[in-house]
Amino acid sequence: MPVFYERKQLVTPGDLLAENDYLAGENTHKENGKIYATRVGLVNYEDKRVYVVALKSFYVPMVGDTIIGKVAEVTLGGWVVDIRAPYLAMLRASDALERPFKPQKDDLPSLFDVGDMLIAKIVAYDRTRDPLLTVLERGLGKITRGQLIEITPTKIPRVIGKQGSMISMLKQETGCQITIGQNGRILISGKSPEDERLAVMAIRKIEQEAHTTGLTDRVTEMLRKEKGEKEVVKNVTEKT
Amino acid sequence: MSSIMASRVRQRRIAQLISRGKRLDGRGLTDYREVQVEAGLIERAEGSARVRLGKTEVLVGVKFELGEPFPDTPNEGVLTVNAELVPLASPTFEPGPPDENSVELARVVDRGIRESKAIATEELCIEPGKKVFVVFVDVYVLNHDGNLIDASCLAALAALLNTKMFNYEVKEGEVKIKPGYKLLPIRNFPVAVTFAKINDKLVVDPWLEEEQVMDARLTMTVEKDGKICAIQKGGYGYFTAEQVFEASKIARQKAEEQRNFLMKE
Amino acid sequence: MSQKKPEKLIDENDVRLDGRKLNEVRPVKIEVGVLGNADGSAYIEQGKNKILAAVYGPKEVHPKHLALPDRAVLRCRYHMAPFSVEERKSPAPSRRELELSKVIRESLEPSIFTEYYPRTSIDLFIEVLQADGGTRCAGITVASVALADAGIPMRDLVSSCAAGKVEGRLLLDLTDVEDKAGEADLPLAYMPSANAITLLQMDGMLTGEEFEQVVNLALDGCKQVGQIQREVLRAKYVVAKEAETEKEETEAGEE
Repeated sequence: MPVFYERKQLVTPGDLLAENDYLAGENTHKENGKIYATRVGLVNYEDKRVYVVALKSFYVPMVGDTIIGKVAEVTLGGWVVDIRAPYLAMLRASDALERPFKPQKDDLPSLFDVGDMLIAKIVAYDRTRDPLLTVLERGLGKITRGQLIEITPTKIPRVIGKQGSMISMLKQETGCQITIGQNGRILISGKSPEDERLAVMAIRKIEQEAHTTGLTDRVTEMLRKEKGEKEVVKNVTEKT
Repeated sequence: MSSIMASRVRQRRIAQLISRGKRLDGRGLTDYREVQVEAGLIERAEGSARVRLGKTEVLVGVKFELGEPFPDTPNEGVLTVNAELVPLASPTFEPGPPDENSVELARVVDRGIRESKAIATEELCIEPGKKVFVVFVDVYVLNHDGNLIDASCLAALAALLNTKMFNYEVKEGEVKIKPGYKLLPIRNFPVAVTFAKINDKLVVDPWLEEEQVMDARLTMTVEKDGKICAIQKGGYGYFTAEQVFEASKIARQKAEEQRNFLMKE
Repeated sequence: MSQKKPEKLIDENDVRLDGRKLNEVRPVKIEVGVLGNADGSAYIEQGKNKILAAVYGPKEVHPKHLALPDRAVLRCRYHMAPFSVEERKSPAPSRRELELSKVIRESLEPSIFTEYYPRTSIDLFIEVLQADGGTRCAGITVASVALADAGIPMRDLVSSCAAGKVEGRLLLDLTDVEDKAGEADLPLAYMPSANAITLLQMDGMLTGEEFEQVVNLALDGCKQVGQIQREVLRAKYVVAKEAETEKEETEAGEE
């Protein structure tokens, strides 16, 4: 059961990570008993599993995920939604209206039009067809205010943190409402543009340094420092 | 109106047999299908030949035109090879401008002739730097049942071997045709040998169904002294270095056999 | 405006016009992630070759009838800029570019897990900004890095290098002048983890023994190129890591 790399080492596609007894985890591929990396990233060994935390990858839809999508097209029975994945998603009228869809009465564009952003959930997806969405649950629906930013989907778990530690800290320190889409889109809604800017700054820092340790503390520190400086500037300008 | 794709069951059978060293049509792994060559059938062309390789059928016509030499080779004639996958040859061929398959076919046939210096291009020079003969070799695929490359190369060579160069004289700067002709001097006899890789085995001269099952194809063109003058790997798979070397040995042997067969006709 | 052909390409000490030894690859420099809009991109300079590669996808296929039900379709366009060569080349795709687009696509496809993304397309664009021989090899090398940059899962990187015969000697990585005047040129692409040759072409004349030697020479060139590809991809990550450690050190210094 030999392994060829140390934990947290950088690997590239084709690098031989382990042999035989190991299980092939995320971003790896087993062939003839040998496990190879399939993406650039950091290799990790956990129990008998070897996986790679990819530096860059794109979102692959998973049933149950909450995502933030952009309406790309209005069709006869629903909407085509861009969810930043290799596939466009479908939102049927029946998954958006609480009552049965009546084509003559219901005007779909007035509900969601091209360019609208939505928070939705993936209800179905397999190899033979595009993902299906719904907005019929609490917290889902059209986005009417706030700022949207996009990060690499692999970094989303870091923004959430262990048991939500990072995201609760962010909400607390910035006073913003933060909705996370598994597809790498994040909605920030704060009381002022300043607060929203702080949240964006923090998330960008997390994205850059996702692979390091002690990140939660450093981000907290940075936010406090930024807020502190803001206070100082305010005082100075008020005095003059 | 039928689909030309072999059914999965048949495809599996073909692959399984090959693992055991046998082919569905009874051939050995390195055997060619039956070859028939007919030369000179298109009288309007300066040279022509039709090759039947199994059911694959290719017709090649050679035409001469007057033209200018390339600036870096003022004493040499010009060779141009073109290939057409004529729609009647297969339900998969669509009419239209040359696609990547016909371009690849033309360029592989061209490479074999050009790199082996089969045509004595200095003989095609009329006035150095000003006027030369341009040799057009047009490959016309009439029926596609696999291995278009080998059939096309063979047909091109056969056509060139019976190409007539008309006699001419230059009067007041103009080229005038005189009666009589001589055969275009051909100095080398390149033969292409194509392999398909199926279940890790190399098979020579794949027919259409084998091509549908293969991982990749490898063509080696060998000239009269056993030197390799062109190689082209095609298809979405790969070959190991050992397979490439094995293929080069088999190719030289098979090219010799095909060449001897052709020269006898 | 054609250049004068030099007298000899290799001198008595087996040194080439650009000072290289017979088995030396030209200096290679690769940058990753150079284009903002593409999902993945990379840029290579190999000798005088300057080539850009960009990847878009996996994404929905347009037109829809080109989609494959069980895997992604890889589309590849190799194109040379009109100013990339000595005599201006027309921007319209030539037959050579059509053939090279095909063989390059076929050299990279074995490395991509296309079966993970049915009914999508992965579009690869290779633009040669300046050419000096061996552009299809450098193109494959830089395209493979661009694919990795796009986060597309791959079996392995594909590395490519050409070898050949010039003035009777067998050598590695031919320039345009060496290719035109030489006796043989053999471009090759290789995927080391599967011991797979995914591109193999040759024009010229080689005996059986010469052929084996040239193939082995090209494989060696591919290995050299492969090391550079991997270093460059790793370096991108390391830069982020270094920025972090630097910051920690300066902060520690301030306290």
